[in-house]
Amino acid sequence: MPEKKIRVLIAKPGLDGHDRGAKIIARALRDAGMEVVYTGLRQTPEMIASAAVQEDVDVIGLSILSGAHNTICPQLMKLLHEKGMNDVTVLVGGIIPEADIPALKQSGIAEIFLPGTSTQDIVDFIHKRVA
Amino acid sequence: MEFSGNLYHCLVPSSGAMRMSEQRKGSTQTVPPSEASSANREPSAKEQAWEKNTLQPTLEQSPERQAEFTTISGHPIRRLYTKADLPNWDPDRDLGFPGEPPYTRGIHSTMHRSRLWTMRQFAGFGTAEDTNQRFRYLLAQGQTGLSTAFDLPTLMGYDSDHPLSEGEVGKCGVAISSLADMEVLFDKIPLANVTTSMTINSPAAVIWAMYLAVAEKQGADWKKISGTLQNDILKEYIAQKEYIYPPEPSMRLVIDTFEFGVKNTPKFNTISISGYHIREAGSTAIQELAFTLRDGLEYVEWGMRRGLDVDQFVPQLSFFFNAHNDFFEEIAKYRAARRIWHKAMVERYKSKNPRAWALRFHTQTAGCSLTAQQPYNNVVRTAIQALAAVLGGTQSLHTNSLDEAWALPTEFAATIALRTQQIIAHETGVTNTVDPLGGSYFVETLTKEVERGAWEYIDRIDAMGGMVAAIERSYPQREIAEASYRYQVAVDKKEKIIVGVNDFVAEEKPLDVLQIDETVAHRQAARLKKLRADRSQAKVDRRLNALRTAAKGKDNLMPFLYDAVKSYATLGEICDALRDVFGTYEEVAIT
Repeated sequence: MPEKKIRVLIAKPGLDGHDRGAKIIARALRDAGMEVVYTGLRQTPEMIASAAVQEDVDVIGLSILSGAHNTICPQLMKLLHEKGMNDVTVLVGGIIPEADIPALKQSGIAEIFLPGTSTQDIVDFIHKRVA
Repeated sequence: MEFSGNLYHCLVPSSGAMRMSEQRKGSTQTVPPSEASSANREPSAKEQAWEKNTLQPTLEQSPERQAEFTTISGHPIRRLYTKADLPNWDPDRDLGFPGEPPYTRGIHSTMHRSRLWTMRQFAGFGTAEDTNQRFRYLLAQGQTGLSTAFDLPTLMGYDSDHPLSEGEVGKCGVAISSLADMEVLFDKIPLANVTTSMTINSPAAVIWAMYLAVAEKQGADWKKISGTLQNDILKEYIAQKEYIYPPEPSMRLVIDTFEFGVKNTPKFNTISISGYHIREAGSTAIQELAFTLRDGLEYVEWGMRRGLDVDQFVPQLSFFFNAHNDFFEEIAKYRAARRIWHKAMVERYKSKNPRAWALRFHTQTAGCSLTAQQPYNNVVRTAIQALAAVLGGTQSLHTNSLDEAWALPTEFAATIALRTQQIIAHETGVTNTVDPLGGSYFVETLTKEVERGAWEYIDRIDAMGGMVAAIERSYPQREIAEASYRYQVAVDKKEKIIVGVNDFVAEEKPLDVLQIDETVAHRQAARLKKLRADRSQAKVDRRLNALRTAAKGKDNLMPFLYDAVKSYATLGEICDALRDVFGTYEEVAIT
């Protein structure tokens, strides 16, 4: 029997439209055999949480480059908790100052991937986490 | 403060494209055109003798490091370029002289010997007061022009107190919600003397109306003021994605600014047709060049359809390119850009005005090339990229700061970036002569190849019915996504090396980065509340209604926007009035 595919939601929250990273990750995870749903641009935390429930995903990947991570991430984590999605792995990639990382992890973000991360490292992290 | 380093950066920094992947062969992807040229080579007897007597024995003893050498865009590069690579090349026709067609060597006869490029550092963060201070600091350090970065709510036409602005106010640029903010932004900066560039697109006409209102208030003559409005909506649909309205009404707003500019502000660049963001989104150099120039042709054609005279409005169109890591490919790109524009203006639009033939451009070093790892290396990258822009004949330049893969730049980092330009200008000697690389077998061959590759794309987009039609079928978006992914795969496989990222990795200490004051949003909200209480609401309503009515018809909207901003209607209110009439745009997301 084939193994169940890992389901991932790649989301681009906030007003920023720079989607190069989100698209590359979506494609790399798909090439690594995962099922990937890409939300498109300008998703509010509510939209992302609802999509995560609807798509029943194992992982949510947020691409944030605008500096709005300290606002967006805690909001999303709270909504996921309210919807009972406590076991979903939430990852963040983008421009995140080092000083902000501890608080983001504290809020429940599983890992933060900074510029320069290879797509393989992200694939490996997900496999390990969602095995 | 650069968008590039900050926003254009992605989860993974990347910067160009690679060899074609097997699965894509036969698709629409452009094949690098240079193989064809090398196939036609007829090396001289002396070159053949060199190959036999000197080269072959060397290769037998020690083979080259790689089987194939390519630019960062995946464009193949030969071992050696000689006369044989330029069989039909005519220096009088293809190179010409500086300040004359086809402008390969530059648009001025003396280039940087008479006037250096404008050192224009992009800056903007926090409130108008914060950015006004940084502007005045940069001018005091010898910067010669201003360039404004707006925050995301402003770029998307939302006021700072809109719910969607939460978390974004003042973060990657300055928050401007009304004329009152704009007055503070340019306080004690004489717009009659300082040229200002404004990086704003979908709401460009509104922000420009605010700028003109400040200029008027300062007593500056509109006929004399100069600066640049980015106002390039096409590349928003293609790459940067900060659009509000659908293409048709968006293009109308752009052409309204052209028409208004011809009559009222003849020295102002009403648009900066931008390849920068296309490149940052992951395109190759040829794609950047081709899509940008084809965007330029699209604007020209829409302007002509409005009844504007090419020879009158085209001199007010300017360009904006990226300066990426691959030194010679970038130089070839700028030289080819001038040649293509000249040819298009003369042959396609029968322009009679040399001022419309000469492509003027701003350059910014590649934000997406900056690494978060070993950030001081970014000073070196930026210096080399800036040098390419100067050797390519740029009219103005922004150099990125070393810390922009982490945050907006500190004053320390921004100062080094400016000093980098000053060192190139005053210490290296590269400004002593015009187009010092002209006549190089390699540079001339690469210029020809890049030019040919761009024309192939332009022809393809013409066949689709133009750029708006191509965008609607996601053609440039798909080409860029492909190139961007190919490059990432090459970096992941270490076929392309990024120092400090996939090789030469080291442990390091964290950098001190700029923290944006989290009270900015509250201060902006309080200011907006006061503004709305102090102004005449009846006047605001009247002018917004007049704008709505005009938007439904065909009148030029600039005078209506000007009246609306002068009543202190906010950016969000004005953009909402146009949303009521034009609707909004949503793209089909492709991955």
